[in-house]
Formats: sequence, structure tokens, C-alpha cells
Amino acid sequence: MSPLLQTFANGSALGYRSRGAAAGTAFESIATATVGSGGVASVTFSSIPSTYKHLQIRAIAKYNYTVALDFSNVMLVFNSDTSSSYSYHTLLGRGTSVDVGSASSQSKGVVQTFMPTNAGGDDNNVYGGTVIDILDYADTNKYKTVRGLGGYDRNSSGRISLNSVSWQKTDAITSIQISPDTTDGWVQYSHFALYGIKSA
Amino acid sequence: MPATYEPIATTTLGSSASSVTFSSIPGTYTDLILVVNGTSTATNGNEMQFNGDTGNNYSFTLLYGTGSAAVSSRNSNISFAYAGRTNTNQSVSITQIMNYANTTTYKTVLTRASSNGDIVMGNVSTWRSTSAITSLVYAGATFNSGTVFTLYGIKAA
Repeated sequence: MSPLLQTFANGSALGYRSRGAAAGTAFESIATATVGSGGVASVTFSSIPSTYKHLQIRAIAKYNYTVALDFSNVMLVFNSDTSSSYSYHTLLGRGTSVDVGSASSQSKGVVQTFMPTNAGGDDNNVYGGTVIDILDYADTNKYKTVRGLGGYDRNSSGRISLNSVSWQKTDAITSIQISPDTTDGWVQYSHFALYGIKSA
Repeated sequence: MPATYEPIATTTLGSSASSVTFSSIPGTYTDLILVVNGTSTATNGNEMQFNGDTGNNYSFTLLYGTGSAAVSSRNSNISFAYAGRTNTNQSVSITQIMNYANTTTYKTVLTRASSNGDIVMGNVSTWRSTSAITSLVYAGATFNSGTVFTLYGIKAA
């Protein structure tokens, strides 16, 4: 697989264009949480400003559970609302089969069907990845729509999922809690970053 | 709030090519995003390798819709990460390389691809290495002239 073209981040090659400055970009980092030793039950972003059009959460994470074949959903709670205001759909690839699912009147929203566990062996270094978009999060005229792409592959098995969540509230989102669907929490080195995307 | 999502490098093919390399990738971002927009001479799954590692240190799981069925498949101990798909129709693959510079975890790679006239798909790959990613090769097809490869960096606060 010998490359026919090569580009360099320092701009030293032909056929390459570099723009070093981020000035003017509509994508901004709002907050980051990195889980320390001992883990945490959940991660919460609070006091989210309403000055953006959309939010994006980007994360790598692992569920604090030691059974290899047990995996956890990723759950979102907005504004501490655990009433039955969430519905979701999932499309899940297991590597050998495809599952679909949905639920309504839920107390949390599922944005990724699975994350890996810390079951030992290779699992120690495998973290699931997810990218979650929260659209028009500050619009007080709409229910909120969330979409997620996430998964992991630990060589012996893998999961990839596409999800959507509806939070049936018109409130602007000012806080987001991210947790597994049990109380076992996230392990050390799990990393969650919240970004805001502006509109013109 | 600090602005981010910076273009690191762009390659637009002036003639067909079987691979594109991004090297000397700075470790100053949190995630990388590679956007590939173009065509290839045939329908191919696209491959990605990091830091010149051609060993069987990758695995992946795919989920795709063909228009008549939903399918999932996977590979273990393989020599590349799966990173989208191209065909003779204009297609787009967007690959997220999560926490690429951390030296604690294996690297997780997520891709969404629209291989138009062919399939729509999402996939996840793992590179079983704790090394920071400093270069990547994108291959697996003969990409046609005009195909654009853009690498972005996103930095968390």
C-alpha cells in the first residue's frame, strides 16, 4: 500500500493546503470531563450557555463492570428531568446480526446501545466511542431531537449503533447527565467533551 | 469559548491514486476527522492504517443498509481499520478518530459513509495500540481524480 500522494501537517508538500487559525470557526469547545481513578457514576455538563445552535458530545468511555459479555447503554438526562419524557429508536449491528429497538415514555434517553466493560485482557484498553448531536437544544418551541453514532470493537466482538432520542420538552437544555444504565459508572480515562456549534 | 475544528491538511487528487497519506499529524488535538468525498474505479471498502502499522492489529464491526436489507459483519485480527466505502458514484465517508493522541487506550474509529447507489453504513474499528497516532494511510480503492481528502482536528477545552 505505497502512497502515491503524501501530505504533511506542516505544509511542506505539494498538493496540500493548510489553514492554521481557527478564527471564525462555528465549532467551539464548551467543557470537558476526564474520569479519574476510582471512576464516576455519571458525568454532568451544567450551566450550558444557550448561545449556540446545536451541541455535540464526543466521548470515549468504558462501563465499570467486570463481566465481559454484559454491556451497557449510554443514557442521557436533560435538565435533571427523569419523568417519562424520553423516547428512542436504535439500530444495532452485532457483527453477525442486526437488531432494532424502540421505547417510549422513558425516564432517560438511550443514545448508544452499548459500551464495553472492563472485563480484563484486551478489554482493559478498549474504549467505546460515541458522537452525539443535540439539535436546536435551546429552542423553546420544539421537542428536542438527539442522534448518536457509537460503538466499540474488542477484536472478539463488536457493536455499532445508530440511535435517535426525542425529549418531549420544549425547555432549553441547560444541563446534560451522561451515565450507563446501571449505577456502576464510568472507569478511569473515560473522556467526555461538549462542543457548541453556532449558526450565522 | 475556544474555537476549534481546524483543517489540518487537504489533498485533492489530480490523477487517480491508490492511497493518500497524512503524516506529521500534530498531537495537539483531541479528535481527528477525515472527510473523503469522491469516487473510485470500483465499489470498494476503504481501509485505514496508522503509524505504518501493517500488522493484524485491527478489528472492525460494520452495519449497513443495502436498500433491501440491513446487514452487520465484522473482522478480527486484520491489517486495517475499516473507514467507509466508495464506488463510481459520488460518495462521502466521514471518519472520527477518537482521542488519537492519548497513550493509555487503544484507538476507536467511527465512520459514517454514504456510498451512493450502493449502501449507507456506520462502522467502528479498533487499532490495538496505545501509541499516539502521528500518520495515517487511507487506501483500499483506486480513487479517481477530483476525490478530496480533508483532515480536521478538534480540540477539547
